[in-house]
Amino acid sequence: MLLTITNSSPQATDLGYLLHKHPDKVQAFSLSYGKAHVFYPESSSDRCTACLLLDIDPVGLVRNRRGPSGEGRSLDQYVNDRPYVASSFLSVALAKVYGSALSGRCNDKPQLISTPLDLTVTVDVVPCRGANDDGQVIRELFEPLDYTVETVHHPLDEKFLQWGEGPYFSVTLRARKPLSEMLTHLYVLLPVLDNDKHYWVDKDEVEKLLARGEGWLQGHPAKELITNRYLRYQRSLTRDALARLTTEEQVDPDADAEAHDEQEEAIESPLSLNDQRHAAVVAALKASGAKRVLDLGCAQGKLLRRLLDERQFELVAGMDVSLRALEHAERRLKLDRLPDRQRQRVQLLHGSLMYRDQRLNGFDAACLVEVIEHLDPPRLAAMERAVFEFAKSPTVVLTTPNVEYNVRFETLPAGQYRHRDHRFEWTREQFQSWATELAERFGYTVRFLPVGDNDAEVGSPTQMGVFEHA
Amino acid sequence: MRIDLPELSLVTLIGATGSGKSSFARNHFGPFEVVSSDFCRGLVSNDENDQTVSNEAFDLLHSIIHQRLRLGRLTVVDATNVRPEDRKHLVRIAREHHVLPVAVVFDIPEKVCHERNASRPDRDFGPHVIRNQRSAMKRNLRGLKREGFRHIFTFKSVEEVDAATTERQPLWNNKKAVTGPFDIIGDVHGCCSELITLLNALGYQVTETDREDGLKFQVTPPDGRTAVFVGDLVDRGPRVADTLKLVMAMHADGVAHCVPGNHDVKLLRKLRGKNVQITHGLDVTLAELEKEDADFNDAVVQFIDGLVSHYVYDNGRLVVAHAGLIQSMQGRGSGKVREFCLYGETTGETDEFGLPIRYNWAAEYRGSAMVVYGHTPVPEPEWLNHTINIDTGCVFGGKLTALRYPEKELVSVDAEAMYAEPAKPFLDEDQKHGVLSAQHAVDDVLDLTDVFGKRIIDTRLQKAVTVREENAAAALEVMSRFAANPKWLIYLPPTMSPCETSERPEFLEHPEEAFTYYRNQGVPRVICEQKHMGSRAVAIVCRNEDVARERFGVVGEGIGIVYTRTGRRFFDDVELEQALLHEVRAAADTCRLWDDLGTDWMCLDCELMPWSAKAQELLRQQYAAVGSAGRHALAASVAALTTAQARMGEPAAMLLADMQTRQDSLKAYTTAYQHYCWPVESLSDLRLAPFHLLATEKQAHVDKDHRWHMAWCQKLAEHGSDVVMGTACHEVDVTDESSLAAGMEWWLTLTGEGGEGMVVKPLDFIVRGKRGLSQPAVKCRGREYLRIIYGPEYTTPVHLDRLRARGLGRKRGLALREFALGIEALERFVRREPLRRVHECVFGVLALESEPVDPRL
Repeated sequence: MLLTITNSSPQATDLGYLLHKHPDKVQAFSLSYGKAHVFYPESSSDRCTACLLLDIDPVGLVRNRRGPSGEGRSLDQYVNDRPYVASSFLSVALAKVYGSALSGRCNDKPQLISTPLDLTVTVDVVPCRGANDDGQVIRELFEPLDYTVETVHHPLDEKFLQWGEGPYFSVTLRARKPLSEMLTHLYVLLPVLDNDKHYWVDKDEVEKLLARGEGWLQGHPAKELITNRYLRYQRSLTRDALARLTTEEQVDPDADAEAHDEQEEAIESPLSLNDQRHAAVVAALKASGAKRVLDLGCAQGKLLRRLLDERQFELVAGMDVSLRALEHAERRLKLDRLPDRQRQRVQLLHGSLMYRDQRLNGFDAACLVEVIEHLDPPRLAAMERAVFEFAKSPTVVLTTPNVEYNVRFETLPAGQYRHRDHRFEWTREQFQSWATELAERFGYTVRFLPVGDNDAEVGSPTQMGVFEHA
Repeated sequence: MRIDLPELSLVTLIGATGSGKSSFARNHFGPFEVVSSDFCRGLVSNDENDQTVSNEAFDLLHSIIHQRLRLGRLTVVDATNVRPEDRKHLVRIAREHHVLPVAVVFDIPEKVCHERNASRPDRDFGPHVIRNQRSAMKRNLRGLKREGFRHIFTFKSVEEVDAATTERQPLWNNKKAVTGPFDIIGDVHGCCSELITLLNALGYQVTETDREDGLKFQVTPPDGRTAVFVGDLVDRGPRVADTLKLVMAMHADGVAHCVPGNHDVKLLRKLRGKNVQITHGLDVTLAELEKEDADFNDAVVQFIDGLVSHYVYDNGRLVVAHAGLIQSMQGRGSGKVREFCLYGETTGETDEFGLPIRYNWAAEYRGSAMVVYGHTPVPEPEWLNHTINIDTGCVFGGKLTALRYPEKELVSVDAEAMYAEPAKPFLDEDQKHGVLSAQHAVDDVLDLTDVFGKRIIDTRLQKAVTVREENAAAALEVMSRFAANPKWLIYLPPTMSPCETSERPEFLEHPEEAFTYYRNQGVPRVICEQKHMGSRAVAIVCRNEDVARERFGVVGEGIGIVYTRTGRRFFDDVELEQALLHEVRAAADTCRLWDDLGTDWMCLDCELMPWSAKAQELLRQQYAAVGSAGRHALAASVAALTTAQARMGEPAAMLLADMQTRQDSLKAYTTAYQHYCWPVESLSDLRLAPFHLLATEKQAHVDKDHRWHMAWCQKLAEHGSDVVMGTACHEVDVTDESSLAAGMEWWLTLTGEGGEGMVVKPLDFIVRGKRGLSQPAVKCRGREYLRIIYGPEYTTPVHLDRLRARGLGRKRGLALREFALGIEALERFVRREPLRRVHECVFGVLALESEPVDPRL
């Protein structure tokens, strides 16, 4: 990782005083994770460039890792981009190597501290992860702070250009401002770009970084993004166990799923479809007279919370296959803080629709809201029997997207499903013939209701089937 | 007095405090067999005499009794039990577990009790306590029988207690010591001619003598065999009396055992004068018996009356009952057990033919004993969860069937006529679950209890493989969200440990250690197989879709599947998958694999190339990404340092040289992974390299050596298109220097050309060393390849020295447990065990894979 700072103001070599590093020396500094080198490829009165070369020990990273256990799989890997990218390690190095400059101290020439300089900064390389980014976030972070931003996006592999570009950029920033201000910006913002691969030497680091934002972060248009990304470092143990099973195919299936959930919500949000869907399901469940209800595939418990608001339901149980989702649900429902009597109304179950499960017996009603489309069609049969033959709630409410409606979503490319994990999306006819056959096979009757705006031509965005045991 | 106790009973001691119950219990029973209320008082309160904690103490007592009886352990209750309400609860628990309650009453003079208590300092309660207890006891002693106690023994004096002996009696149904072989015969219903034909077919010699007083039979069994009748000898058929004569003769001569059927029992009630409805063919029987003399009729009554509800044979491995029997009732005796044996379980509803709807207990059966039964006619006997119904409706024009045990062979003879009209046409029964067998239909849905939570799985290779709860949870998630239809998943490959770390400069792994490992395990000869760098894949290939349906119970998913080491379908593109499978099938067709191995399906352990086909995401997000980041960061650094060097000389030059070395390493790293990537545009870009032919019909080929496996895989490669690829291999005698050197050379050449490395295996598939199983294989990866694992610069001495510290123990333990589970899964599958038994093992492998272990090994 290389950070160069070029001063092209008159008396350019003042940069040496500000950085407290002599332009004619190559200096090395020891850091807990490796070394930093400072040297000047050029130093003249009209142009002076200081390089900070970060020399991270890749083996040490893995072997001497501190920090929360279970955090971050990529630090378990020797094959790691950390030695090459600007990350929180760079922030640590900046604080250590350019500490005085960062906090605006210059004993020899104090007048320089607040003097704006013509500065050019290059960083090789900056990781910038996010939805098919072309470096937009880099501009969003630096342009509001009056930098001109140039980025070069690098391909993943020159031999396999079809793999496209990776998350790495060479970045050049130009601005006229005091050096300490610029260093502060780099110190705070470069780790933000690194996003979810952001690993902390320790937790206080987060506080320190945010403290550096005083005075400018408040007014920054991307303030929310910046702080959110700092707070996104928590990981759970279960996630690691799961991750070990899915290395080849997906690097983190849970994160994927969450990202896709967001994507689906974004597509559907102009309709506030999720709210309407939940309202319709609650209405159907209430109408059935059910007292004990079961949300199969409860995910993070959004619907559970609505169900708990209804006094009619004496027991509200949610089941999901993802432990991480259940952890979220537990937090969302604040289960640890509910009074006993309320707490007893809620049950969270880790389970699966692919297996018969006796814990699901004895409920008055069950709902599967936007669940079946996440199952591979050949495995639907297992769900059908688990729910309708064995759990056998007298009422089953089931919703799924109506694919015909997809043409009405402006942001959804034609032919694409609403969620990347959807294994299918059905037309009204497909859903109804499946549901009717299913009902008949297991002795239920079924009626169909639209959810959301009912378009004359393509129907409603969500379709709902209410099954009642005959 | 001799006290005869059923071997499984709940012995309830009844008597006042001080009457000698505890000493008696101590003298006649094992220390754990006796549960005492005082001891439970002590457990919950620290004080054996604390009467205020009685409720808690008795809750505990009852709970212990429950657990013991559930596990089938004789239990003695040491409490006063003087009031009927005390005993009611015990009788209820005994009944719930189908265990016989036995009462032993200590009617000892009050004085003796007082004296005893006086000598015990902790029992300083007044004399009224014993008096009250005694009078309460005496008041109700007569009611014991009514309360449900079948065996009652009473001691009147201390002498009687001291003189008593106890004897444990096996239950009538306990024939565990009888191991067979057996010929178990289905419902005869008076079809005597067919029975004789069947017996002859089974090798029994039947001699009929027509005497004045009727037919007499004499039956000689084939060597050592015993016939077992599942009941329903009578009613409906043409020769009921003859059937009875034949079976009774065999029974009397010890040639046959017989359990009663519901028809037999109904006949018995009729013959004893009970008012029963003359329906379902009873009229036929009565008409025949009327022609027989009174002696015969009496003999029939005696015979049926003497029949025991069911038998447990062969150390508990075989159970025979007329209508089948659930696990919790096997080997137990109670009215309910008898009811179940005779009638099965019904749901209380009736079907359109007015017949009671039967609850399909066999679909839920989880027991380890094989259950053979009859009662409901079926067109063909079908195995379901280790149970089989062999009533093939002979009297309705079907056939009479016998099951040979332990051979599990079915022998049938067709009915000579249709003697009765079934109330519902039983031959259409098979329409019910359509195209799938009963077992496959049941296996459509697995039960969570078969995989969830902490599990201990017994395997042939390793006793008791433990799967931890949190690992099972992770596996549940992966299995549910991503895995293919579990019916396909008959195996998951185990993880593989590398060889011990080499101490040679520049090398982290080297063949020398692999060879040494096996030599130290006592293995003289190993086979080195080229390790392809792709993704592990298991391929199931059937000859056609019918085989997929019949053998795997999978419909509409093609002729097979290719799945990953985590049970996920390898290809999203089904057409591509099926095209690949057809290539493999074609290869098998040409090299006559199906005929040579007598199979129409096979399970192959393979590597599928290119790596980039499956690991695209991993490549993009990690391997190529690191290459890209490094390339540009290092290029910028080198450029800056080159400029600096011109200005500053030596100090910058050193750093420059360092960065240039890093550039070279990164280049080597990129080249290493690029070897394993190429674009896949069509089937012809894929390469499937099988290296184990794991299983075919009836056989898990773990008894063959790797030469055999390699030979078959080679044959497939030679006879198949380019898509099916061979695996280079090389044998090494690990005791011979020159052979060792040749092996190392072979590896160097292989890895020098960009190969990942090799896998070293003992020649035999399974090897046991001094300390249990040996590793089935260890891998030895090439120097360049390891850059992908340990980082581009790992060969730098400063890195390499630290990397040598790595522990293989955990990985090796895991590899063995997963290996044992994988083989167990295959063996259970080829034995046609229910899917849940196979799935349990496969699920276990997946769960173990989520154990934290150094991912670089």
